[in-house]
Amino acid sequence: MYTTELKDKNQKSAPVTTVAEDPAKLAAFEARVAADDFIEPKDWMPEAYRKTLVRQISQHAHSEVVGMLPEGNWITRAPSLRRKAVLLAKVQDEGGHGLYLYAAAETLGTSRDEMIEALHTGRAKYSTIFNYPTLTWADIGAIGWLVDGAAIMNQVPLQRTSYGPYARAMVRICKEESFHQRQGYEIMMALAGGSPEQKRMAQNALDRWWWPSLMMFGPPDENSPNTAQSVRWRIKRETNDEIRQRFVDVTVPQAEAIGLKVPDPALTWNEARGSYDFGPIDWEEFYAVVRGEGLVAKERMKARVEAWEKGAWVREAANAHAAKRAHRAAAE
Amino acid sequence: MSKEWPLWEVFVRAKNGLSHRHVGSVHAADDRMAIEAARDTYTRRMEGVSLWVVRSADIVASDPGEGAALFEPAADKVYRHPTFYSIPEHVKNI
Repeated sequence: MYTTELKDKNQKSAPVTTVAEDPAKLAAFEARVAADDFIEPKDWMPEAYRKTLVRQISQHAHSEVVGMLPEGNWITRAPSLRRKAVLLAKVQDEGGHGLYLYAAAETLGTSRDEMIEALHTGRAKYSTIFNYPTLTWADIGAIGWLVDGAAIMNQVPLQRTSYGPYARAMVRICKEESFHQRQGYEIMMALAGGSPEQKRMAQNALDRWWWPSLMMFGPPDENSPNTAQSVRWRIKRETNDEIRQRFVDVTVPQAEAIGLKVPDPALTWNEARGSYDFGPIDWEEFYAVVRGEGLVAKERMKARVEAWEKGAWVREAANAHAAKRAHRAAAE
Repeated sequence: MSKEWPLWEVFVRAKNGLSHRHVGSVHAADDRMAIEAARDTYTRRMEGVSLWVVRSADIVASDPGEGAALFEPAADKVYRHPTFYSIPEHVKNI
C-alpha cells in the first residue's frame, strides 16, 4: 500500500522553503543528491528535506496500518480456507510494512508514539483510498489488483529514493507486495469467470475502485507545488501524473483480459502517444476525502484509536514483564 | 501515555556460512520480546536461520563529519592491493 504526500487544498500554497540553511552545506548536499548518492541518518540534511521525509514516510506508514482495516473486516468472511490464509498473510504483511516505515521515519528524529498520536488526533494524513468501504468480497479482489497495483507502481521508483532507510524499506516492501497484487487479480479472475451474479459483483467493484485508485497518485502535477523540490532532492523519482499514466496503461489490458470494463467513457488508446487517454478525475472528491469527508473516515479512526486504547494493557504488561525479568536476573 | 518500548536493531543470518546482516529495527520491552518481534517482522518468508538484536542505544556510530579523517588515508595506499605490482606476463601462478 502507499500514500503520496497529502495535504489539504488550503495548505498547498505553502511550499517548503530552503532559506536560512548554511549555503556551503546546502550546496554539498544538493550535489550529493544530484549525483544519486544516498543520504544516511547521521548525515547533514536541510531541515526542509527532513520535514518532507518525516511527513511522507509517516503518511506512508499510517496508510499501511489503516490499510489493514478494509481488508481485515473480510478475513472471517473469506469464501474458502485458502482465500482466508492468503488474506491473513497479506494483512500481516501490511502491518509489517507499517513497521518498516515507522522505523525509517524514526531515524529522522521523530518517535513512534508521536507519529501514532498525530494519526489518532487527525493531524497526520493517510491515503484517501482507505476511506472507501469494502462492500463485497469482490472489493478484496479489486483492492489487491488496483490499490496494491498502484502502490507497486509508486513504490518501485522509491526504491531509489535519496534517503537510505526509506529506500531500503521500499526494497523489502516491493519484494513482498507483488503477491498482494496477484492474489487480488486472481480473485477478480475467478469472479469474472463465474456466474452472472459473480461477474456483476466483480464489475461493480471495478466501477467503484477505479477512480479512487487513480486518485492515489495524488493531485495533478500543476497542483502539486512540492513535487519539483521533491524530485530535485530525489525524494520522488517521478511525478504523480507520470506514474498515474503508467498505471492506466498497464491496468486497462488486465481488465480486458478478464472481460471487465474500465468505467471511463473517455478512455481511448492514443496511437501517437503510445498511451491511453483517460477522462477527467473528480479532484473535488479527492480533496473532500483528504479533508476527512471519506465515507468511512470516522469509522477508520475510531477503529484505530480503539485498538490503541484497548491494547494499552498489553504494552504495559510487556513493560511489567520485562521489569520483572530484569529484577530476577539482577537478583541471581 | 505509558513508556515507549526501547528500539532494537535487527540482524539476520540468511543461512549458515554467511554473516548476520542488518535488516531493520523493532520496538520491544526486552531482549526476548525483541527476538520474537524481529522473527514476526523480518523472517516471514524464510529470510533467515538466526537473529541478533542489539539495543539501538548501545550502538556507537562514526560521525559522517569525520569521514575524511577516518577513511581517506586508505585512498593513497594503493600498494595494499595486489594489482599495484606489475609482474611479467610469462611468470605464472603469482
